[in-house]
Amino acid sequence: MNKTENQKAWLFVLPVVALVAFNAVIPLMTVVNYSVQETFGDNTFFWSGVLWFEQVLHSERFHASLGRQLLFTGTILVIEIPLGVAIALTMPRKGVWLSVCLVLMALPLLIPWNVVGAMWNIFALPDIGLMGWTLNKIGFDFNFTRQPGDAWFTLIIMDVWHWTSLVVLLAYAGLSSIPDAYYQAAKIDGAGRWAIFRHIQLPKMKRVLTIALLLRFMDSFMIYTEPFVLTGGGPGNSTTLLSIDLVKIALGQFDLGPAAAMSLIYFLIILLLSWIFYTVMMRNEEQ
Amino acid sequence: MTLVLKNVAKRVGIAMHIHPTDLRLEPGSFNILLGTTLAGKTTLMQLMAGLDRPTSGEVWFDNRLVTKVSVQKRNVSMVYQQFINYPNMSVFENIASPLRVARMAEDEIRRRVHTMAELLRLTPMLDRGPAELSGGQQQRTAMARALVKDADLVLLDEPLANLDFKLREELRDELPRLFANRECIVVYATTEPMEALLFGGRTATLFEGAVTQFGPTSELYRQPRDLITAQVFSDPPINTARVHKRDGAFVLDATTRWEATGALKELPDADYTVGIRPHFVTPMQRGQRPVAVDGRVLVTELSGSESIVHFVMGETTWVSQAHGIHPFEVGADARLYADMARAMYFATDGRLLASASDQDAPDPSARA
Repeated sequence: MNKTENQKAWLFVLPVVALVAFNAVIPLMTVVNYSVQETFGDNTFFWSGVLWFEQVLHSERFHASLGRQLLFTGTILVIEIPLGVAIALTMPRKGVWLSVCLVLMALPLLIPWNVVGAMWNIFALPDIGLMGWTLNKIGFDFNFTRQPGDAWFTLIIMDVWHWTSLVVLLAYAGLSSIPDAYYQAAKIDGAGRWAIFRHIQLPKMKRVLTIALLLRFMDSFMIYTEPFVLTGGGPGNSTTLLSIDLVKIALGQFDLGPAAAMSLIYFLIILLLSWIFYTVMMRNEEQ
Repeated sequence: MTLVLKNVAKRVGIAMHIHPTDLRLEPGSFNILLGTTLAGKTTLMQLMAGLDRPTSGEVWFDNRLVTKVSVQKRNVSMVYQQFINYPNMSVFENIASPLRVARMAEDEIRRRVHTMAELLRLTPMLDRGPAELSGGQQQRTAMARALVKDADLVLLDEPLANLDFKLREELRDELPRLFANRECIVVYATTEPMEALLFGGRTATLFEGAVTQFGPTSELYRQPRDLITAQVFSDPPINTARVHKRDGAFVLDATTRWEATGALKELPDADYTVGIRPHFVTPMQRGQRPVAVDGRVLVTELSGSESIVHFVMGETTWVSQAHGIHPFEVGADARLYADMARAMYFATDGRLLASASDQDAPDPSARA
C-alpha cells in the first residue's frame, strides 16, 4: 500500500496543542516575560535582565517565607504519613464497618478548601469556637489570631484533618492488595506483628506511599486557600507561606516583575524537590 | 510424626466447608489432595496446619491433641499457589527467615541455607531479591523456605499451578527428590489427576468438602469406591451411561449391548451406571472386548500425539482419547469402540460394584 502524504494529521493534534498552549505554555511564558522586565503600570516595559531573580533570591522576606513553607510541609508530612498508615492498619478488612470507615475517611476530602479554612477559623475562635472556647476553658491561653504558636497549631491540625484521609485511603489500597497467603505464611514462620509490618506490609505499601508522599509534598508546598481563609498569613507574617507571600507581592503591591521571578523560583523548587523525592524512592525500589 | 484427623468438620454459617473427615497421615508419606477448585482442599490444609480451627472433631500429632494449638507452635510449613516471599529480603534472607525466628546460630543458618539453595538450584540467586527472579525461581525460594526448617508437616497448596508448562514439569520432576529421605508428612493439593498419578503416594479425593476416598493413588485410580471418586480422578472426565442388565447382557441402547463376564454375571438384572475412561474409547477396535458405540461428533481437539473427540449419543456425551491423529468432522456421525473389559460398573446410588479386574476373575468372592 502506498502512503499518501498530506497534512491533515495536524488537524487532529490541533485541539490538544491549543489546549496545552492556553492552559500551560502561554501563561507560563507570560510569567517568564514579566520576570525579565520592569513596568510602571502604563503598559510600557523596560528590559531588566536577571535583576528580579537576584532581588528575590537575596531578599530576607523570601527566605523567611521559604523557611516557613519548609517547616509547614515538613511538619505535616511527618505527621500525616505515619498517622495515615497507622489508621489504615487499624481499619477493618471487610464488612459494613469498612464502608463506614471509608465514607468517614473520604468526607474531609470532599469539602471545598475555602470551606475547610472557614470551618476551622470558626471552630478555633477563642470566644465562640468550640475548640478555641474549650481550650480556654480548660486553662490554655489560646488565641490563634494573636499568638503565632497558636496560629501554627491550628494550621497544622487543619491540614492533618483535611489531608490525612488521602494517605489513609492510599495506604489502605496498598494493604488490601496483599494476598491473605502472605499473612498465613508469616504466621507459619512465627513472625510477630512488627515483623509482618516491617517485612510484608511496609514493602508492599511502598509504591502507594511514594505516591502519597509526593502528592502531599506538592500539595502542601502550594497550599494557599486554607491558610488564607484561616489566618490570612497572620498574626504579623507568622503564617505567611510562599503562596500567600506571592499573592501579596503580585496583587497587593502590584510588583509584577519580582512576583513573576518569585513564581518561577517557586515552581523550580517544587519541580526539583519532587524530582529528588521520586528519584530517591525509585532507586530504593530497584535495589 | 503421624497426623490424625478425627471426625474433623468445618462449618461456616450454614455452609459445610468440610464434612466430618477421618484421615491418618503417616510420617514420610506423600499425600495428595485431589479435587476441583472449591472442593475444600485449601480449607482442609488449613485445618491440618492449625491456621483454622475445626468446628468439631480433633487433630492429633502423634499422641498430642493439637486441635487448639496455634500454627506457630506446630512446626508446619506451607507453600502456596502464589509465590509468597518477603519482598524486601534477599533470597538468602528469605530462606533463612524461619531459622532466624527459631533463633538458630548464624553458622548453622548459613550451612542450612546453602544446602537448601544447592538442592533447589538457587545458589547463584542468593543475593537477589524476589522481584528479580523468574516465577519458577520465586517458587523454588518459597519451597526452600518451607523445607529448610525441617517441619513435621509440609503443606503444598497447588504450588505449580501458577507456573508455565515447562517450569511446572521441571519442578514436578524435582519434587519427589526433595522429599526423599525426609520424615515429614507431605500434603500436596492439586486439581490435576495427572499430577496425582505422577507422584504416586497416597491420594484423598475431595468432592464438595467431603473426602470420598483415601488410599494408595494407583488403587484409587483403578478401584474407586464410587462414581464420584472416579469422576474426580479422571481427566478428561470419565464417560458414564445408564445401562440395563437383562438376559446376561448389558443394554445401552437399541443397538449397543454386550455380554456380562466374570463377576458381572452375578449381578442381578437391574439398572446400572457404567463408567469408562476416555482412553479406552478409541476409533479403532482395541482391547479385549471392543463394543461399537455410535454418535455424532461435537468437538475435536488434536494435539501432536493424541486426539480427543467429544461425541453425543442420544442424551449422553462421551469423550474419546486416542493416540495418533484421527480426523473427525464436527457434526458427522462416528463409530467408536469402547473396550468394555476396562469398564467400571456402579450401582445407581454410585457404589462401585465391579471394576476391570473383576471381569476376568471367575470367582466373585475373590473381590473384597
